[in-house]
Amino acid sequence: MSATGIGASVRRKEDQRFITGKGHYTDDISRPGQAHAYFVRSPHAHATVRGIDTAAASAKPGVLAILTGAQLAADKIGNLICGWMIHSKDGSPMNMAPHPALAAGKVNHAGDAVAVVIAETLAQARDASEAVKVDYQVLPAVVDPAKAQAKGAPQIHEGAPNNTIYQWEIGDSAAAEAVFKSAKHVATVDLINNRLVPNALEPRAALAEYDDGADSLTLWNTSQNPHVARLVISAFVGMAPEHKLRVIAPDVGGGFGSKIFIYPEEVVCLWAARKVGRPVKWTADRSEAFLTDCHGRDHVTHAELALDDNGRITGMRVKTIANLGAYMSTFSSAVPTYLYATLLSGQYEIPMIHCAVDAVYTNTVPVDAYRGAGRPEATFVVERLIEVAARQLGLDPAELRRRNFVKTFPYQTVVASLYDAGDYNASMKKAMDIHDVKGFGKRRRVSARSGKLRGLGYSTYIEACGVAPSAVVGSLGAGVGLWESAEVRVNPAGTVEVLTGCHAHGQGHETTFAQLVSERLGIPIEQVSVVHGDTDKVQFGMGTYGSRSGAVGMSAIAKALDKVEAKAKKIAAHLLEAAEADIVFQDGKFTVAGTDKSLAFGEVALGAYVAHKFPTGEIEPGLKEGAFYDPTNFTFPAGCHICEIEIDQDTGRTEIVAWTAVDDFGVVINPMIVEGQVHGGIAQGVGQALLEGAVYDADGQLVSGSFMDYAMPHAENFPSIKVDTTVTKCPSNPLGIKGCGEAGAIAAPAAVINAITDAVGHENVTMPATAQVVWAAVRKAKAVRAAA
Amino acid sequence: MPTVSLTVNGKAVTADVDPRTLLVQFLREHLRLTGTHVGCDTSQCGACVVHLDGKAVKSCTTLVLSINGSSVTTIEGLADANGPLHPMQEAFRQNHGLQCGYCTPGMIMAAVDMVNRKGNDLDDHTIRKELDGNLCRCTGYHNIVKSIAAGARAMAGGAGQQAAE
Ligand code: FES
Ligand code: FES
Repeated sequence: MSATGIGASVRRKEDQRFITGKGHYTDDISRPGQAHAYFVRSPHAHATVRGIDTAAASAKPGVLAILTGAQLAADKIGNLICGWMIHSKDGSPMNMAPHPALAAGKVNHAGDAVAVVIAETLAQARDASEAVKVDYQVLPAVVDPAKAQAKGAPQIHEGAPNNTIYQWEIGDSAAAEAVFKSAKHVATVDLINNRLVPNALEPRAALAEYDDGADSLTLWNTSQNPHVARLVISAFVGMAPEHKLRVIAPDVGGGFGSKIFIYPEEVVCLWAARKVGRPVKWTADRSEAFLTDCHGRDHVTHAELALDDNGRITGMRVKTIANLGAYMSTFSSAVPTYLYATLLSGQYEIPMIHCAVDAVYTNTVPVDAYRGAGRPEATFVVERLIEVAARQLGLDPAELRRRNFVKTFPYQTVVASLYDAGDYNASMKKAMDIHDVKGFGKRRRVSARSGKLRGLGYSTYIEACGVAPSAVVGSLGAGVGLWESAEVRVNPAGTVEVLTGCHAHGQGHETTFAQLVSERLGIPIEQVSVVHGDTDKVQFGMGTYGSRSGAVGMSAIAKALDKVEAKAKKIAAHLLEAAEADIVFQDGKFTVAGTDKSLAFGEVALGAYVAHKFPTGEIEPGLKEGAFYDPTNFTFPAGCHICEIEIDQDTGRTEIVAWTAVDDFGVVINPMIVEGQVHGGIAQGVGQALLEGAVYDADGQLVSGSFMDYAMPHAENFPSIKVDTTVTKCPSNPLGIKGCGEAGAIAAPAAVINAITDAVGHENVTMPATAQVVWAAVRKAKAVRAAA
Repeated sequence: MPTVSLTVNGKAVTADVDPRTLLVQFLREHLRLTGTHVGCDTSQCGACVVHLDGKAVKSCTTLVLSINGSSVTTIEGLADANGPLHPMQEAFRQNHGLQCGYCTPGMIMAAVDMVNRKGNDLDDHTIRKELDGNLCRCTGYHNIVKSIAAGARAMAGGAGQQAAE
């Protein structure tokens, strides 16, 4: 292993600009003559808009234009779309309601935009927005997904009766019924997977500019996938043809899924820039982010696990209602279906699974993918069920897991996933050793002496990353393929630019991608730069989400590097006057086998561009190769997290006292960065389990709509985390990478709740397990014990 | 419009401003010092922390007119322009204390202030408690805590004990 190659904890190349305040985030960019946008948003969750009076506002100082949904429709700006078609079990297509970028006639959630003020300064735009008079007729709202389909519930969209988007299922319900009828033991859970607000620290922003000479538009925005944004805004919204629309996603301050989607504000800024003839900038304030960034999770689930007398799982049944909010966001439909139910086998051999999912509209912010997207919800179901079952059967939860682990690979689950490689017992054993599970009994007694309850919880999770072969996702309803692209440009003096269709917003691609190039071409990492995030510079690519950049994006780079090497060998053979078959490329040197004749990589690069010494009819001059890589399967990272907690019985306060994570991510490019991803994921998962929750009142007002009300994890909420790995190489891509970005967020909630329920001795602990929830559970458990 | 005069990163600046201009807006929009970030509107996240006369403040909650005559240091002025990085900056890089980088300027400014107030020997518990006013959504804080402990020790070496006020 070289100091900067694969497997080295290279310090990040991108850090220099971030630690000196020289990053370029969207809001840092200003264009000459730029005006500012401020949106007028509905204060009501559900209302008809009877009229908008902009006269007084238009007369305010600095106002350039006030635009409404009616004008948007008149200009034939198209609706936002959900790009993944799901069919109900009766074969009917999902009910996708229109989603205009500015509401026309009716608002469907608090925060839905009805108009936009464009003014010289932000303060002027905001001042004027207060003078826009909107005449609302308030309608009753529905916010609880469990009540959305009830008779008499307020109807949100025409064409979606009972607020139902689809009724989807996987598996055979009759066969599952038979398994449960004859089951020896059945464990049951009723779960709410709490709604979360992603809260990337950089708020979303958009800056749009129209060049009337070239009749083209440029959009700088906070996007995880600028090409997909361009495609949707072009092909569906109809703003401009793709070659007349440039999308630049510069430095982006965290995404976690929330910046994948195409949002109304970027569409409106583009439209307004062309209409007003000035660059238009919008940056969300945090309150706006709470009301407009897509939220995550929000499932209500009833699940059952059937087992025989030996503790072998014989079947699973799951019924979930998924809240998709007021409109279907870009990938929302796939999250509670193909990203959820296909993972319900967990790390276990389960011969029969049936899962039914109803997706519903409510008068809340749209819900879409958030770190893990479907897989945390699946893991929470599986890992709560197995823990409850173990306690019911009087078995050690680790032992019950061990008995049911998938042990031979490849393993075809009954829910479509084909697990390619793994060693689940190895990661659990390693985690148990590191954590000193053996010493837990003693630690529990020590806690008890000071009146505290101590608990230990496991989560042996699995996830599917690197989503996935394009033909497969296409057959499941995806509107796009999920391959990735790369171009490797070798410059005449031997430096290299890698153009990738992925996008980094914290993941460190500028370093890890350069490590791959450094390893393969034998050149110093400083001679490699990674270019991403600009549709004018980089070939079409799919962006970054679903832990796909390593497994898919780097595989595309590896493929392009293969081509570079093959061509360079041909050229080297001419330069060295040897047969191509005799050229060996190693450590950055082309050598004629068995001789000391050699050329450095840079010399061959120069030779390729000078093109004096090879027949250019046979070999084209230059050294630049591109590749598109389509994965052959999902990848399946898996591992074991162990959480140990202590509860103060008087206050219900839960403290995490120890955490051990052992993950199998396949081949690791940069262990330092991978550990960082695990830490961050765990923090978000712990946030979900203990702190975070988007709370709506019955009228559809978001009660937890600021950092004062929505409990974000702070440094104080965590102990030091122990992170380790086991490795089984992923056979589905050339580098053996599985992906690591979401593991922590997937594993953590179940580990925390399993630990709390272990400590309390009562299974009904909802997330977020605040002091109040835990305090009540402790009381309840005591009452049950007293009655027994 | 009223006039404000400040020393920012060692340079004198004078400007006419709308009275409601916040320090963070003044830095970002008037002076184009965009290293200081805005992550919230309720004074919770700390992305906007700068040093005002040597002490950490949240520039999103400070009216620029209210600090007329003061000296402000931002992330751009923490280290000498042509010199080495401040030890706290270097510690964040060495310990992978940042991912997306958005919270980082505020974190580093808060961390330097923490050392100025609490000394160079900071334990895990103290650092986590003192980070009450800074949010990071990416790192899970683990490596930020490590970075600050290391940066605090390195600051004992002399360089950058005080930010370049
Ligand atoms: S922007 Fe100042 S505390 Fe959040
Ligand atoms: S590094 Fe992204 S918010 Fe801290």
